[in-house]
Amino acid sequence: MTVDDTWYLILGAVLFTIGGAGLLVRRNPLVMFMCVELMLNAVNLTFVTFARTLDDVGGQVVVFFVLVVAAAEVVVGLGIIVSILRRRPGATADDVSLLRG
Amino acid sequence: MDVVVFAAAAAIILAGALGVVLSPNPVHCALMLVMTLFGVAVLFVQEEAHFLAAVQVIVYAGAIVVLFLFVIMLLGVDKADSLSTEPLGGQRPAAAAVAVAGLGLVVLLAVRAAEVTGARSVAGALRGGESNLDVLGRSIFTDYLFAFEATSALLVIAVVGAVVMARRPRDTERDR
Amino acid sequence: MLSAVWLVPALPLAGFALLLLAGRRLGDPLAGWLATLMVAAAFVAGIVTFAGLLGRDEEERAFTFRLFEWLRVGGLDVDVSFLADPLSITMVLFVTGVGTLIHLYSIGYMHGDPRYDRFFLYLNLFAFSMLVLVLGDNLLLTFLGWEGVGVCSYLLISFWFERDTAATAGKKAFITNRVGDWGFMVAMFLTFFALGTLTYSGDEGILQRAPDLPESTALGIALLLFVGAAGKSAQLPLYVWLPDAMEGPTPVSALIHAATMVTAGVYLMVRVHPILEQADTALHVIAVVGAATAFFAATCAVAQRDIKRVLAYSTISQLGYMFLAVGVGAYVAAIFHMVTHAFFKALLFLGAGSVIHGVHEEQDMRRMGALRAFMPVTAATFIVGWLAIAGIPPFAGFWSKDEILAAAWEDNVLLWAVGLVTALLTAFYMSRQVFLVFFGEPRWREADARSPEEALATPEHEPSAATPARGDEEAHVGGEPHESPWLMLAPLVVLAALSIVGGGLNLPGVMTLEHFLEPVFGDQFHELDLAGGVQVALAVAAGVGAVLGILAAREVYVRHRLQAERVEPELLRRAWYIDDGLAAVVDGPVEEVAEGAAAFDRRGIDGFVDGVGTVVRAGGSRLRVVQTGYVRNYALGMAAGAVLLLGFFLARATL
Repeated sequence: MTVDDTWYLILGAVLFTIGGAGLLVRRNPLVMFMCVELMLNAVNLTFVTFARTLDDVGGQVVVFFVLVVAAAEVVVGLGIIVSILRRRPGATADDVSLLRG
Repeated sequence: MDVVVFAAAAAIILAGALGVVLSPNPVHCALMLVMTLFGVAVLFVQEEAHFLAAVQVIVYAGAIVVLFLFVIMLLGVDKADSLSTEPLGGQRPAAAAVAVAGLGLVVLLAVRAAEVTGARSVAGALRGGESNLDVLGRSIFTDYLFAFEATSALLVIAVVGAVVMARRPRDTERDR
Repeated sequence: MLSAVWLVPALPLAGFALLLLAGRRLGDPLAGWLATLMVAAAFVAGIVTFAGLLGRDEEERAFTFRLFEWLRVGGLDVDVSFLADPLSITMVLFVTGVGTLIHLYSIGYMHGDPRYDRFFLYLNLFAFSMLVLVLGDNLLLTFLGWEGVGVCSYLLISFWFERDTAATAGKKAFITNRVGDWGFMVAMFLTFFALGTLTYSGDEGILQRAPDLPESTALGIALLLFVGAAGKSAQLPLYVWLPDAMEGPTPVSALIHAATMVTAGVYLMVRVHPILEQADTALHVIAVVGAATAFFAATCAVAQRDIKRVLAYSTISQLGYMFLAVGVGAYVAAIFHMVTHAFFKALLFLGAGSVIHGVHEEQDMRRMGALRAFMPVTAATFIVGWLAIAGIPPFAGFWSKDEILAAAWEDNVLLWAVGLVTALLTAFYMSRQVFLVFFGEPRWREADARSPEEALATPEHEPSAATPARGDEEAHVGGEPHESPWLMLAPLVVLAALSIVGGGLNLPGVMTLEHFLEPVFGDQFHELDLAGGVQVALAVAAGVGAVLGILAAREVYVRHRLQAERVEPELLRRAWYIDDGLAAVVDGPVEEVAEGAAAFDRRGIDGFVDGVGTVVRAGGSRLRVVQTGYVRNYALGMAAGAVLLLGFFLARATL
């Protein structure tokens, strides 16, 4: 039995879902960020699968760029988190709720 | 043989993911993330995306997670996060529902809607004679050159921005 | 010569403009002379146009002079153009003629009033409006004049507006007129709808094409125009403003409410007679209303104590006669009576003004008496007017009234009987007035002896000159009654002469006026079809009735055989309580309906608008709950949305 492409896709979907659920449930900003990384990885996996299926290098190019941008995003996001947590140590995502209606 | 590799890698990935979501200690979450990233790299190799597998390990696991750990260390947020309480009512059930629904739909999409046109994109064939690195490199530096340059600029800007943001305020120079 | 017709309304308009700009500077009496000159010039222009008409053959005596194009919108073509035909020229001549005399009189009467120039300003504006009304070649121009005279009437009735009663009377006149104007307007709409034009003259005009109207449309137009005429000419039930209009200065009462404005309604009916001919029912209605009004007003006049109110009800009664004539098809008789009535009613009003002036602003007849010796000229002319209106031959009123009664006899004996009884009453109340004012005991001597407060304490519904608003009383308070200056007496003499010879306009047999007006009426001309003997008998009956009325008044007021109070019941003095009834209705149910409407407007309509705002506010505050401020809630929302999108794509891909 060979590995079907669909398996990869389903694995990617499950990984994405776990990451998404984690994002919605966790309050620690760093952990929330890590869940975002999980979601990005799931997307990468899906793209690579399709690149192989469709015999198209464009999928891998996208993954390449996603990696780079994810790196930049992490840099900036961590900078923000550092700024906030320096002022308010022990803050969670729920504490930044001044924009309420 | 492929199946075994796939199964093992999938197990690692899922275990790691669940660990990230469920661990109360952020340091544990980071380590679980590393595990997941390694699993994904294995799958990349199995899918003949060798260069990407390498980059994944080096950049993602090697640099990004290290960054995470640095911040955790600097800010001391390694204290356990209380997972049992949920201040926002209804968030957990709603999240569960959305997650299940989303998963179901995507799986359905993957299984049922197999519409592959078979047309080539601009990028060109993946297989061919050359190695994966060659193909990828050729594509990036010719067809996607503009994107490449843009991302380079983005990286520089991100670094500058992070440095500016994370500086400790000097009391003598700037008024806060 | 006929082109001079446009000067007729233009000259009073020029007078109005000049007085508007320079009236204050001209002052007393120059402003008055200017106004009089303008109206006299209009009279001359009228004569010139008349001569021009006479120069033409009988069939071609309808001359239209187009000034300019006014409206050309949709299918409506209305020009400002004047129609000079025998009917309009007759009206022009007596309006400007009598108007000039009254202007002359006013120069003396209004002397000393602080708003002297204003008075003549309004009088000239009135003259302009009336002449436009009479000369207009289409319904819209007539309506313009109609409204104009209504406005001037309001302005002039409440000329001494410091007096509450005067201001109220002006408002009452205007509002009652408005009810009539509604009828006129709807009639205009109907006419345009049915015939496509509002113009009188020409082959496409409504006068030529009236026979094409279906009877129901003609009936509608006729009745609606009659509603307008009833308002303007004070017929039942829209007469209520005329007695109160006596609050205005006496020349106003003479000019507007006796000689000219109130005849506008009769003129309108006569002008559109082809439409009336199409609907017999309308003619019957007009005749009945006219007769009823004549009788009703005569009964009220019997019991009035104010010298001007008697004449006011008398005017209403005589106008009723004119409408009766119209209703039985005797248009020429109506016009004849209109002209003679203008002569003697203006005379009577001006004479009353002279009397009031002479007894220092006293208007209650119970406090007059034996003034013959003190005001000989006034008395003599007033007596001439009295004989004319009572219908004593050979004075003017006898001929015109007799012609109406003969036409009524031919149409319906009942109408004739009402007319005859009314003639008797007319003679009675006018004789009563003459006896009370000029003969008998000098009751004003006792009135002077009493204190002023006592004299005014008697509850009066009519306006007794409580606070004289004119300026020259200082020289006159107390003292004997005196004759008026020549400026006021001259018009009286002229009008008296006209009242004597005015019958010559249309003597039976010669029928000058009838022949002159024949082209206007064409084949609807109504020849009296009575045998000569019957006519003579009717004339004798009318004369006898008049004499009987005079004798009866003599018994009560000179010989005192009968108590005056027996003949003057409160019912008649309060005009059958109609005014009081109207006041009760308006104060009660009408007020409640108005209150209800106002409440609905406040609560319903304003409430609805405010409610929209309230609903938006409430909705907003409910929706506000979604904005919790928690990032994770927003993330949940985004995730849910993404799931929905996924579902949509799946559905599209598989279904």
